[in-house]
Amino acid sequence: MIEFTIWDILRNLLLATRWTIVLSLVSFVGGGMIGLVLLFLRLSRRKWARALAKYYIELFQGTPLLMQLFIAFFGLGLFGIDVPAWLAAGLALILWTAAFLGEIWRGCVEAIAKGQWEASASLGMGRLQQMRHVILPQAMRIAVPPTVGFSVQVIKGTALTSIIGFVELSKAGTVVTNATFQPFTVYGLVALIYFALCWPLSKSSQILERKLNVAHRNH
Amino acid sequence: MNYHFEFGWLFEYYPQIVKGIAITIELIAVGAVAGILLGIVCAWVRALGPAWLKPVVAAYVELIRNTPFLIQLFFIFFGLPSLGVQLSELQAANLAMVVNLGAYSSEIIRAGIQATPRGQFEAGASLAMSPFETFRHVVLVPSLQRIWPALSSQVVIVMLGSAVVSQIAAEDLTFAANFIQSRTFRAFEAYIVSTVVYLMLAILLRQVLVMVGWAIFPRGAAQ
Repeated sequence: MIEFTIWDILRNLLLATRWTIVLSLVSFVGGGMIGLVLLFLRLSRRKWARALAKYYIELFQGTPLLMQLFIAFFGLGLFGIDVPAWLAAGLALILWTAAFLGEIWRGCVEAIAKGQWEASASLGMGRLQQMRHVILPQAMRIAVPPTVGFSVQVIKGTALTSIIGFVELSKAGTVVTNATFQPFTVYGLVALIYFALCWPLSKSSQILERKLNVAHRNH
Repeated sequence: MNYHFEFGWLFEYYPQIVKGIAITIELIAVGAVAGILLGIVCAWVRALGPAWLKPVVAAYVELIRNTPFLIQLFFIFFGLPSLGVQLSELQAANLAMVVNLGAYSSEIIRAGIQATPRGQFEAGASLAMSPFETFRHVVLVPSLQRIWPALSSQVVIVMLGSAVVSQIAAEDLTFAANFIQSRTFRAFEAYIVSTVVYLMLAILLRQVLVMVGWAIFPRGAAQ
């Protein structure tokens, strides 16, 4: 029987971590773009646009990410669309991330004082100009800590893609366990790698929040 | 695109679906009650507890909050037996949910405790209450009331997250969906139906938590 050293295990896990990072980045960037669209729909003056964004967010926040992954993976395949695991994983995670980011950002825009809208409107700015020059620059400041905080949820969310067969850190953990029969060590290491990815983000989100609060107090 | 939807199999498999829903509800009921109790204990330690215990609880909270639930579940179910702790699928799922919600809720509850005005502690002390009695009788309930909406959202998130316990063969709703999918090859229908059930469960759970809030908190009390 082959003996596996801790280094053998760790090396394989770290190689798979690349895919966790890539998938997280893709989901975060893609989700951010769609989240921005949702934000604009949510703030639109048209009722149908607001309702559309609201139901989208309700649907994706009210159902398990795992089910969204299953539907993307098994569901689309039935319509003759060949869906590889990475595509289903990326698609579901992007749509899921968008729902959460859209809702987080809406809260940040709504935290901007009404007077800012009125002042910019009185300067003859259109809706988009108001957003671009007055509201978003201020809302972005408030949005940074919760957005960084949510990136941790995205990284943890990528773990579920192992279930539909995308080989990232969690899947590698299962594969390595099956080869080494050392679940305690392997899953312990997997957890530590996730921790090493997520903890700096959690911490910086907290620090940013504290900084921002200080700035507020000085007003 | 010549796929025909068919939901007739629902009748044949409804015992599995009902059983799956029952287990998902059981998991979140146990998880929510025990998880919030654990959260209260941890929040007490971090806000008011003995200094030597604080770093231990802080480490637990940070570790759980920065690792995926799936890995926590695998660690408990596959990893712990090598330490001699052998758990059934449901026990492992329950334990993972309690440990997970305990960490998240402790952070939320701690925020509630820290928002308590100093005067409340002083008033308790002036009535000759010990710090623990003050916490138990004066501080705790208003603290929970303050953060109840946030805590409710977290419970719903944990309920939706419980879908992954099917991966250690705990027979929850997702397990039922997977079972039906593997028997009938009707993946789309099976997952759509269970997704809709999850959505309804989430909406229902939110309502239940609002009502629990009415029941345990004095109504109209100033925050």
